Amino acid sequence: MNHFLRRQGWVSGLFALLIVLFIVTKLIQPGYGSGDFGSLARAVLPYAFAVAAQTVVVIAGGIDLSVAAMMALTSVTAASMMAGASEEYALFVVPFVLAMGFVLGALNGLLIVVTRVPDIVVTLAMLFVLQGAALLVLEAPGGAAAEWLKALISGTVPIPGLPDAIDAWVPKALLVLIVCLAIIWIPLRRSRLGLSIYAIGSSELAAFRSGVPVKRTRIIAYALSGLFAAFGGLALTMSTGIGAPIPGPYLLASVAAVVLGGVALGGGKGGLLGPIVAVFVLRLVRTDLTLLAIDPNVTAIIEGLIMVAVVMFGAFITMRGRQ
Amino acid sequence: MSTTAIKPQPVPYGRRIKRFMADRPLVPLIILLVILVVILQILRPGIVNERWIANTIKFAIPLAILAGCQTMTMLTGGIDLSVGTVATMSAFIMATQIVNQDPAIALLLAMMPAVLIGLVNGVGVGVFRVHPLIMTLGTSLIGTGCLQVYQRTVIASGAKIPDFLNWLGTGVTWGFPNALLLFVPLAALIVFTLARTGFGRLLYAVGDNERATRLSGVQYWQVITALYITSSVLAGITGLLYIGLIKAPSLSLAEPLVLPSVAAAVIGGTSIFGGRGGYTGTIIGALILTVLTTLLTILQMPEGARRILFGLIVLFVTAAYLRIVEER
Repeated sequence: MNHFLRRQGWVSGLFALLIVLFIVTKLIQPGYGSGDFGSLARAVLPYAFAVAAQTVVVIAGGIDLSVAAMMALTSVTAASMMAGASEEYALFVVPFVLAMGFVLGALNGLLIVVTRVPDIVVTLAMLFVLQGAALLVLEAPGGAAAEWLKALISGTVPIPGLPDAIDAWVPKALLVLIVCLAIIWIPLRRSRLGLSIYAIGSSELAAFRSGVPVKRTRIIAYALSGLFAAFGGLALTMSTGIGAPIPGPYLLASVAAVVLGGVALGGGKGGLLGPIVAVFVLRLVRTDLTLLAIDPNVTAIIEGLIMVAVVMFGAFITMRGRQ
Repeated sequence: MSTTAIKPQPVPYGRRIKRFMADRPLVPLIILLVILVVILQILRPGIVNERWIANTIKFAIPLAILAGCQTMTMLTGGIDLSVGTVATMSAFIMATQIVNQDPAIALLLAMMPAVLIGLVNGVGVGVFRVHPLIMTLGTSLIGTGCLQVYQRTVIASGAKIPDFLNWLGTGVTWGFPNALLLFVPLAALIVFTLARTGFGRLLYAVGDNERATRLSGVQYWQVITALYITSSVLAGITGLLYIGLIKAPSLSLAEPLVLPSVAAAVIGGTSIFGGRGGYTGTIIGALILTVLTTLLTILQMPEGARRILFGLIVLFVTAAYLRIVEER
C-alpha cells in the first residue's frame, strides 16, 4: 500500500512539475496560447510513442535499444509506400506498418529467448539491422504521407457543447495519442498478460515458478514495444509528411523519460502515465529554452545534459534501492 | 551433455573444433581473413598487390584503434559508443584550430574534449552505475551538440589539414604506411597493458566478477574512470589520424566507424559480457572488416545492406561464443 502511494505520489509530483512549467512558459511568453499547445502536442507525439515502447519492455525487466531505429524503418516504409499512391491506399498502409512493427518487435523477443543472448546485445544488433533496412527502403529523406493522415494530427477537435475557447485546447494530436495508448494499454493492464509482464519484470524466477509462461510473455512484451514504435514511426511521417532513414534522438529520450516517469530500470514497477507526463515535461523544457531565444544547438546540448542527468539519477536510485 | 560423464568417450569432432576455436581464436580468424582475400582476388584478378595491401592497412588502422577502445571497455562488460563523436571532435577541432594556433596548442585543444568526455563517461558508469551504453550514447549526443555550436564560431576561419597529420595518415614509406609508426607502438602498449600490467588484470577481473573484485579491495570506480578516459583519449588520437586519411573535416567524420569497431572487437573474440578476449584478435577483426567492406563495395552492396550484415555478425558471433562458453 505504501508503495502504491509512493508511485502515485511520483506521478502527481510530475503533474505538478508540468503545471509549474506551463506557468513558467506563460511568464516567459505571455502570448503562449492554444496554438502553441497544439504544436507541443504534435511535437510530443513521436516521443510519447517511443517512450511507451520503451516502458513496456522496461516493465518486463528488459531494455529495447532498437526503438529509434524501428521508428525510422516504419516511418520510411510508410512514407515510401504512400508516395504517389491514392488516399485510400493509406488505409492499407497504416495497418501494414503497425503489423510490421509488431512482427519485428516479436522477432527481437524471439531472438532474446531463443539465443539467450542478453537483451541489450540483441536489440543493439537489431538497431544496426533495422537502421540498415531503413537505408535500403529510402536512402535520403523522402516519400509522402496521405492528406487525411496529416490532417489527423493537425488542428483541434470540435466537441459539441463546449465553447470554442476550451475547444481550442484539445488538439487532435493529443487525442490521437490518448486514444492509441489507451486502446492498447488499459485492456492490457487489466488482463492476465499485463500482470505476467509485471511479474517477469519483478522476478523472473518467481514468475516462472508461479506458472507464468515467461518466454511467451517476454516475446509479447517486445512485440508490443515494436507496435508502439511503429505508431511512433507513423507519427513521424504524419507530422513531417516524409520519412527519414536516420533515426532521431528517440532512444536516449525514451530511456530518460522512462526513468523520469518513475519506472524502475530493473523492471516490474511503474505505469505508462508517468513516462508520458515526463515526455511532456521534457518537451516543455525545450519549448521554454526556445522561447528564451537560446540557440537551438545549445538547446540540444542542455537537453542532452538533462537527459543524462536524469538517467544518472535513476541509476543512482536503483543502486541505493538494491543496497 | 551429461552422457559424457558416465563413461569416457572420444570427444566428438564438432566439439573438438569448437574447443580449438575457443582456445585459439586467432587461427580461424586468420583463415577467414585469407579466405576473404582469396575471394577478392578471384572476383577482381590482380587487385591484391602491394598498393592494395598498404591501402587496406591504412584504412584498417583507425578502425583497429577504435576497436581497441571497444575491446578494453568490453572486457569490463561495458561498451563505448561515444568514440565516434570523440574522434570527430578532436579531428574537427584540430583542423580548425591549426589555422591560427601553434600546432602544440591546437593538439592540446583537440584532446581536451576527449579527456572530458572520457571523464564524464567514467564517472557516470563507475560512480552512478548508469549502463555504459546509455551513458556513452548520452555523452556522444551532448558532444555532437557542442561540436555544432563550435562549428558556428569557426565558420569564418576555415579549416586545413596539418602537414604532419597528412603525412601520418596517407603517407607511405618503402611500401609501408606511415600510420604504422603510430599504430605498432600503440598496439604493443595495449597488448602489454592488457596482458602484463595490474591495470589490464583489473579490467579482466572487473569484467569477470565485479563483486569478487570489489570484495578483494579494488576501487571499482577508479578502474572504470581510468578505463573510459583511456578509451576516449585513444578515440581522440584516432580522430587525428583519420582526418589525415580522409582529409575532409565534417561533423560526422568518424561516425561510420562506430558500428564496425564494435563488430571488429566482437569478431576478434572479445566477449561483450566481459572478462574474455584480447587485442590481437581485435586487430585481425578490424582487418577482416576492412577487407569485407572492400568486397561488399566490389559487389556493389548498398550501405544499408552493409549495416544489416554487421548487425547480424555481432548477433551471431555473440550467440556462438555464448554456446562455446556454456559447453565447458
